[in-house]
Amino acid sequence: MTSLAETAAKPSDGAAASGEVRTRREDGRLVIVASGAWVNERAGALDRALRKIEARGARSIVFDLGELTQLDTAGAWLLTRTRHFLSAGGATVELVNVGDAFAPLLGHLARSDALPALPSVNPPPYRFGDYTARIGRISLRLLAVAGRLVGFLGLVCVVALRALGRPGRFRFAPLVVHMERAGLDALPIVGMLAFLIGVVFAFQGADQLSRFGAEIYTVNLLGIGVLRELGVLIAAIIVAGRSGSAFTAQIGTMQVNEEIDAMTVIGLDPIELLVLPRVLAMLITLPLVVFFANAMALLGGALMCWSYLGISIPTFLRQLHSGLYAWTFWIGVLKAPFFAGIIALTGCYEGLRVTRSAESVGQLTTRSVVESIFLVILADALFTILFTYLRV
Amino acid sequence: MLSSPSSSPISASEPPARPEAPDREAVIRVRGLDMRFGSRTIFDKLDLDVWRGEVLGIVGASGAGKSVLMRTIVGLNVPEAGRIEIFGQDRARLGDRALRGLDARYGVLFQDGALFSSLNVGQNVMLPLNEHRDLPLDLRCEMTRIKLMMVGLPIDAALKTPSELSGGMRKRAGLARALALDPELLFLDEPTAGLDPISAAEFDTLIGDLQRSLRLTVVMVTHDLDSLVAICDRIAVLVDHRLVTGTLDEVMANPHPWIQSYFRGPRGRAAHAAAD
Repeated sequence: MTSLAETAAKPSDGAAASGEVRTRREDGRLVIVASGAWVNERAGALDRALRKIEARGARSIVFDLGELTQLDTAGAWLLTRTRHFLSAGGATVELVNVGDAFAPLLGHLARSDALPALPSVNPPPYRFGDYTARIGRISLRLLAVAGRLVGFLGLVCVVALRALGRPGRFRFAPLVVHMERAGLDALPIVGMLAFLIGVVFAFQGADQLSRFGAEIYTVNLLGIGVLRELGVLIAAIIVAGRSGSAFTAQIGTMQVNEEIDAMTVIGLDPIELLVLPRVLAMLITLPLVVFFANAMALLGGALMCWSYLGISIPTFLRQLHSGLYAWTFWIGVLKAPFFAGIIALTGCYEGLRVTRSAESVGQLTTRSVVESIFLVILADALFTILFTYLRV
Repeated sequence: MLSSPSSSPISASEPPARPEAPDREAVIRVRGLDMRFGSRTIFDKLDLDVWRGEVLGIVGASGAGKSVLMRTIVGLNVPEAGRIEIFGQDRARLGDRALRGLDARYGVLFQDGALFSSLNVGQNVMLPLNEHRDLPLDLRCEMTRIKLMMVGLPIDAALKTPSELSGGMRKRAGLARALALDPELLFLDEPTAGLDPISAAEFDTLIGDLQRSLRLTVVMVTHDLDSLVAICDRIAVLVDHRLVTGTLDEVMANPHPWIQSYFRGPRGRAAHAAAD
């Protein structure tokens, strides 16, 4: 321990700060000489040196601060703490040669003895069962969200009915803007992904069916798979990621700026002004986006069939026509408005839940996307069960 | 403030280094600072000296660049020309290690505390100690506790997240974090903005107390005339892209119209009268 060595204290500031502790015995008294700079940078070394002090047998202990050149809160705390610790051991402890400059700080810290200890600021370590408890908490929260969403749906319906009574007050400009952003702007990415999925789907189907010499049924597989499930799911998931999140972020940012509160105070209904146009825009455009996705996926599949299986486009269309019936198409498109409602309502609802911190915008945006995709897939599963019972 | 001059904390036993003292040591030295945002000039050959142990208040019109000046001094903005020395060291000429060492020697309190929202208050205050010092956990906890005590926060605030605190408490927590490494130099950006007058006065007293007991050098950007009168030794007014620096009386004697209307306006007179 170098700091215990009998070296002269040299006054210093900043980087080369050196604080020292020396001890000597004087007829039963223990004298602890603090010298140099007792500053934050030296706290680690001073702490180790002070912990090594042997106070056994000393009835009276004297802290000599005469050679101290600098003292900050870290040094003062180490002094206070050591003093406290030593006097708890039964010795009388006094400070001598306290410089005028250091007295106020030491006096300030003397009061800290009365304070309770700082509870651990770090999170408690993992205990067995924590994860299970977390799953439970998240499940309960999801159920609560579903319940509140139903409530929110009711609220939006009431506002929509009220708005129907005053059609003159309805604002078409925001509706069209949101239709453009949520629908038209989503077409390139939705179309491209649907096209690629069509290609992959046709390829995988053909690979299996060719073993039975039944390549032509690739067309049926593709038609049913895309029209009933894939087209609408791809469209809904991408729109949830693009527009559902945008709804949350837009409304959430307005919430942070207190714009929503300002609206309410001016006498405007935020549900009518912000939520209704978004929900309506989504209800109108998502079925159209789904139609487009279906067309692109079938196009991708048709090109795949033509190049890989040698099924010409007219043959493909004929097979598609004979293998499917109108309901196959309508089942997919009918689901779209329901998914649209889920996405728009979740996005707007989470946006309105944003508190005044910027952090919550990010959190709730993430949550809105996850929730809407989860709810969309859940709804899709319920639809499948329903249609199975209805035998369509 | 309301205290009479005789009991005023400034005239207590330990006077801050008066700027007139011949052996004054410059903690910050800015020479010929130029700064431009696009075609808008912010600073034009700006000079500034901050002496050890003083409290310097920087004032100026909204948008004049007070906060930009502070951010430039602490190294968050890069000036176009000019030299900035803190403790005689020029950031632009330092290597990474030396920069880290220099950063640890000053603390900054941002306007709304700038607490890390993912950490609780205790972790926020402890963070600089974790990063810059090699100390055992119990000592770090104790030092965090002391810093919370010094800024007047209750100990149970340590476990709260920043969003659970009021604006004044966030500022106190931010101040505790700025003080975590026992810096010699403290930068405060609008420390009393957004606080009610009573909290603002308490915060002024707190900064004054800490400044004296820790012998800090404080640079504060402020709009608050009461703060200027109560705790600042010298005032730097940012007008025409440069600083007019001096004690309150010296600055008030300056004939510049903005300075005159700032200090001689109704609010300025009220603050001055309250201090006398």
